[in-house]
Amino acid sequence: MPIHIIDRRLNPGGKSLENRQRFLRRAKSLVQGAVKKTSQERDIKDVLEGGEVTIPLDGMHEPRFRREGGTRDMVLPGNKKFIEGDYLQRSGQGSAKDSGPGEGDSEDAFRFVLSRDEFVDLFLDDLELPDLAKRKMAQTESEGIQRAGYTTSGSPANISVSRTVRLALARRIALKRPRKDEIEELEAAIAACTDEDERTVLLAQLEKLKVKLRRIPFIDPLDIRYRRFETVPKPVAQAVMFCLMDVSGSMSEHMKDLAKRFYMLLYVFLKRRYKHVEIVFIRHTDRAEEVDEQTFFYGPASGGTLVSSALQAMHEIVRERFNPSDWNIYAAQASDGDNSYSDGELTGMLLTDKILPVCQFFAYLEVGESGGSAFDLSDSSLWTLYERLRNSGAPLSMRKVSERSEIFPVFHDLFQRRETSQEKAAP
Amino acid sequence: MTERLFEGADWDFHTLQRITDACEEVATKDLGLDVYPNQIEVITAEQMLDAYSSVGMPLFYKHWSFGKQFAYHEASYRKGLMGLAYEIVINSSPCISYLMEENTATMQTLVIAHAAFGHNHFFKNNYLFRQWTDADGILDYLDFAKKYVMSCEERYGRVEVERTLDAAHALMSHGIDRYPGKKKLDLRAEEKRAGRRRQHEEEVFNDLWRTVPAGKSKTRSAISVERRRKLLGLPQENLLYFLEKSAPRLAPWQRELLRIVRHIAQYFYPQSQTKVMNEGTATYVHYRIMTKLHQQGRITDGNFLEFLGSHTNVVFQPEFDDPRFSGFNPYALGFAMMQDIERIVTRPGDEDREWFPDIAGKNDVMGVLRDVWANYRDESFIAQFLSPKLMRHLRMFHLHDDPEERAGIRVDAIHDERGFRRVRRELARQHDVGYIDANIEVVDVDLSGDRRLILHHHVIKGSQLHETDAKRVLQHLADLWTYDVSLIEVDANDKVLREYVVSPRPIPAAA
Repeated sequence: MPIHIIDRRLNPGGKSLENRQRFLRRAKSLVQGAVKKTSQERDIKDVLEGGEVTIPLDGMHEPRFRREGGTRDMVLPGNKKFIEGDYLQRSGQGSAKDSGPGEGDSEDAFRFVLSRDEFVDLFLDDLELPDLAKRKMAQTESEGIQRAGYTTSGSPANISVSRTVRLALARRIALKRPRKDEIEELEAAIAACTDEDERTVLLAQLEKLKVKLRRIPFIDPLDIRYRRFETVPKPVAQAVMFCLMDVSGSMSEHMKDLAKRFYMLLYVFLKRRYKHVEIVFIRHTDRAEEVDEQTFFYGPASGGTLVSSALQAMHEIVRERFNPSDWNIYAAQASDGDNSYSDGELTGMLLTDKILPVCQFFAYLEVGESGGSAFDLSDSSLWTLYERLRNSGAPLSMRKVSERSEIFPVFHDLFQRRETSQEKAAP
Repeated sequence: MTERLFEGADWDFHTLQRITDACEEVATKDLGLDVYPNQIEVITAEQMLDAYSSVGMPLFYKHWSFGKQFAYHEASYRKGLMGLAYEIVINSSPCISYLMEENTATMQTLVIAHAAFGHNHFFKNNYLFRQWTDADGILDYLDFAKKYVMSCEERYGRVEVERTLDAAHALMSHGIDRYPGKKKLDLRAEEKRAGRRRQHEEEVFNDLWRTVPAGKSKTRSAISVERRRKLLGLPQENLLYFLEKSAPRLAPWQRELLRIVRHIAQYFYPQSQTKVMNEGTATYVHYRIMTKLHQQGRITDGNFLEFLGSHTNVVFQPEFDDPRFSGFNPYALGFAMMQDIERIVTRPGDEDREWFPDIAGKNDVMGVLRDVWANYRDESFIAQFLSPKLMRHLRMFHLHDDPEERAGIRVDAIHDERGFRRVRRELARQHDVGYIDANIEVVDVDLSGDRRLILHHHVIKGSQLHETDAKRVLQHLADLWTYDVSLIEVDANDKVLREYVVSPRPIPAAA
């Protein structure tokens, strides 16, 4: 008997993927709730790692007819001391079963593991880019070019040779332009002809053909066709994210950590929307510089605080490298709120005139000490300034954060899908 | 001295071939087994999880509930709560056995003997499988089902298909013919039939027929109750069959989906009735084969000890007061009974001669066993072959729990002269699907009134349906029937215990 031994191990995996996605789709609202609950307990770095979630089984229950209660008979192994006719005391559990059918049903929980991608998708699913982005839709699109048939006018570079020749051929056939071999044949006939009269007739015929040949050109300007192009709007699939941070002495490690977490989330979020995301780090004290990530978060710096310097730097970088019509620009600024008093005017002007018009979104995150009483104190100078700008209509988003655990809710809050983009001040 | 099949724990595909050949030699020559051609496939843990979520089948249509299964198994496997099976075997011809790649060479030998010869022989020879399943056609049929479901999704939308399948799955346990009927299932023909029907519909479609005036219909009252019930084939316990044939407003493709689910349920029906026998057979076969291979010197003492370790784990039966106890272990009970039969056939005592005059001392162990394997299911097998000696050995006793009884749970019978027959009858009953599944049947349709579908649940021993679940299942049933459905629970004296009435949900407008 032939026996087939087959190695299936190399078969493509993920056979259950489709079913799994169907399941997730069906349980979407439940899973989403679970994801949110889980993410609040987690550190940011882990949050995107996927992991186990628990959903109530109730929503995904598959009912069957099954029986319960009644008289039960059972045969069991392992009798040690019973004889026929003995009575066993019921344990409390047995009688509890008879109370209210259907009770405690929905308490069953269903645990399973989500992959990283699934987790991030579900986590960010009900977030969207703020209204500001929609307002600027026209600018987020660039023009692309696409072929659109033929035209009778255009630049010589765009001549469509094949189309032109085809039209010329058609015209030549239609107008009965004599062909070269026709004339050659006639000429041969004339050369071979001995009869004078006939020769004259043939010569006349040849002359007529030659005239016709000259009158009907091989290619007429009428035949010429050009390839036609149309411009179509093409959405920009790239974004740049500006991270602005105050690194003056008053910013503690904790504050920087908070800012970093916020930037990370923003990055992940943008990454899902855009194919290509660039990050520009600008740190500032009383002067600003563009730095790499390591320096940005960990490099030592000292000095005063001039927020306008960072905005100025950002403005210049945008002008040099990121044309707003090609790039979606997002900016997030983190600071403890200090700014030198005299700088307020300039900062406000830069922000409203230069930065906000080109940005899709500008968020200001005011970070405070852990457990600090930041909220009890009067608002910082920067907060006061920004709040004034916002009240006069500038599209700014601003939040205060002092604990790690607040980062998520704040982020969620900023990008929550909502009817109008009204921002509430932090409590 | 014969050559060893393998050394140590490692194996490669040549080893598997040698192992299979050696097992086959023992299986056919010594045990006289008759098997389907074997196909052995080596798979990874992930593929095993895939197989778990599609009830062990290599291909299946897509449905979210399989995704749920998969997510569940994957989570418990990753956390180490659950080990994976060493193998999965499919009742098909050729008989496909999946082996896990992690198994050691000894385990592969065990698994090949167990699945590729034990289960395989049982599938091919047991009367239930011969009657109800079509091993040749199942894989093609599943392939057809998968494609059909997919094409329905394309034509009618995923949501609609999902609704129908959800409903069909809920009724799956009541979509089975329990008694052999007209003819054996031919799954290959099924596939052709579906294609032909669709083609026929398309060919003969003629919109004119709709407008042809119909003849005067008979007055409803003229049809007697008896006649009506006969026309509808009532009473009918196969709910899916009844819906497929008689539900008034199902589209043809929905009927076909019900039919697919019904056929698949029917395919698995014998397996649920033969757990003890099936595993008992396979375990007995692997035990015999492994012992023989060891005797022949083809596997080392060390490997044989490794085998005995796994084997004893498999046939371990905890006692009722053990925290690990969760009912009878089909492997343990089945194997113990097979070995007991071997003992009765070869070395019977007086008691055995009295209880089993037909087989005691017959000396042809394999002949008797092959006959048993071919002609019994769990219930009849236990009722016939559970010996007093084994009942004493496992110390079986019968408890009777009547909620009305204040004094507690009564010990009704134990493993003594007076109790043997009662214990055995009760254990057999525990393995009778007729007792396990609720006995629900369609009894009538109110054709002259509101077309209400009427079902009865014949309550046995006061055990009624679980309320929430029953309502949900009935909801699905009503959705398919598209009119009201009522389920009446009646006891043996036709006293009505409870009545459910469910109305269909409105169908969401098609997008």
